[in-house]
Amino acid sequence: MSGVRVLVGTHKGAFVLNSDGKRKNWTVSGPFFAGWEIYHMKGSPVDPDRIYVSQTSGWFGQLIQRSDDGGKTWHQPGLPNEAIPAPGPPPALPNRFAYDSSPETGKPLTTHQWYDGTQHPWEFKRVWHIEPSLTEADTVYAGVEDAALFRSTDGGENWQELSGLRGHGTGPKWQPGAGGMGLHTIILDPTDPKRIYVAISAAGAFRTNDGGATWKPINRGLYSQYIPDPRAEIGHCVHHVAMNPSRPNVLFMQKHWDVMRSDDAGDNWKEISGNLPTDFGFVIDVHAHEPETIYVVPIKSDSEHFVPDGKLRVFRSRSGGNEWEALTKGLPQSNCYVNVLRDAMAVDALDKCGVYFGTSGGQVYASADAGDSWNPIVRDLPAVLSVEVQTL
Amino acid sequence: MIRVILPQHLRTLAHVGGEVTVEVEEPVTQRSVLDALEARYPMLRGAIREHDTLQRRAFLRFFACEEDLSHQSPDAPLPEAVVSGKEPFIVIGAIAGG
Repeated sequence: MSGVRVLVGTHKGAFVLNSDGKRKNWTVSGPFFAGWEIYHMKGSPVDPDRIYVSQTSGWFGQLIQRSDDGGKTWHQPGLPNEAIPAPGPPPALPNRFAYDSSPETGKPLTTHQWYDGTQHPWEFKRVWHIEPSLTEADTVYAGVEDAALFRSTDGGENWQELSGLRGHGTGPKWQPGAGGMGLHTIILDPTDPKRIYVAISAAGAFRTNDGGATWKPINRGLYSQYIPDPRAEIGHCVHHVAMNPSRPNVLFMQKHWDVMRSDDAGDNWKEISGNLPTDFGFVIDVHAHEPETIYVVPIKSDSEHFVPDGKLRVFRSRSGGNEWEALTKGLPQSNCYVNVLRDAMAVDALDKCGVYFGTSGGQVYASADAGDSWNPIVRDLPAVLSVEVQTL
Repeated sequence: MIRVILPQHLRTLAHVGGEVTVEVEEPVTQRSVLDALEARYPMLRGAIREHDTLQRRAFLRFFACEEDLSHQSPDAPLPEAVVSGKEPFIVIGAIAGG
């Protein structure tokens, strides 16, 4: 293990932060794609030089970018970077996310529930999350708004919807959260390539055991006061789910309110909020080597999206939940009112485990000792939307 | 030769600076100009018009000869000054300030 590469997506571009294994001195590259929203960027576990990026804009739509050299250069997969293409059939369509409407698989619904309870057409808006395959560098999944799961098997050149998810009978009851109806979490099971977990705001969590053909809602035990039946099968605003690869049946969830845990692959959930100062929040992550050590950043409330009491505190539980300790060393403990979004925390695989998170204030903090102490890598980026880490 | 002016972000995507030019057979319309533009710069597909419907993206507008052509039929002939190359066809973000 020679170092780490931190991939930071922000409201106005992408940044790549590099350090050696000591994680003290950092180089900062970027902004890449300046002026565009970078919802997410993530490297392939198979080929760390392969990095996929979701680049989006209200004006110009959705683009997918790819690097094959660890973030030094970028291109839209399958498209010429500068040369004029040869005549003939169009090349790849790396940015086209078309919902499946075929008669065979196209049970896919045309409407979902709108904020006011009426039905609303499914409309593609952007890619929220990119999840490269654990085994194939050219295979990558994309979670999109309006919620659906897409897959590319050619390095991002072309995308196909895994329409069994939207085709699940509950689709007309899915509804957007305040930030839109995004599929924001994709977890691939390292022990079973056919098992995938996803989470959607505000539909809940789902699991497939057959590679995406059929899906099951996995929300039993969740309780959400803001829906007519607080224990309904779907409709829960799941903010994020995390898993330690060594225990793929154990999931940790930060819901809109409540921090939850499942020990049976999502079939049942129990609350583990314990002594947290507030159990609202967005991020949740698991220590790379201690599967009972988890991290959250409590946020004051669903209307006040900043840390409580002006203090930026990461809370760590070493008992799988319920007992939490505040981690404050190196973090601002007065007059701090930032948020930490759902994809903006990650861990590295070094020993000691590194923990990283980015804030709406543009800071990216790193801990090289599992959260005991923190230092800012950068303080003044645009608002951070996502943080991922590659251990090189 | 049709002159086209793109907004800065699309120039970056297409790796061009300033104006671009495209060859378009008559009749010269929004559709034929954008078809030619996207054929030459495929990285712009979907960034000006939606992928499947080829509708103008909601936050973009088309100007030429000091006129807003955004709501004209994509198959309507463009002004003669655009066809002759005297004036450019302009793609512009719909929100100019704020």
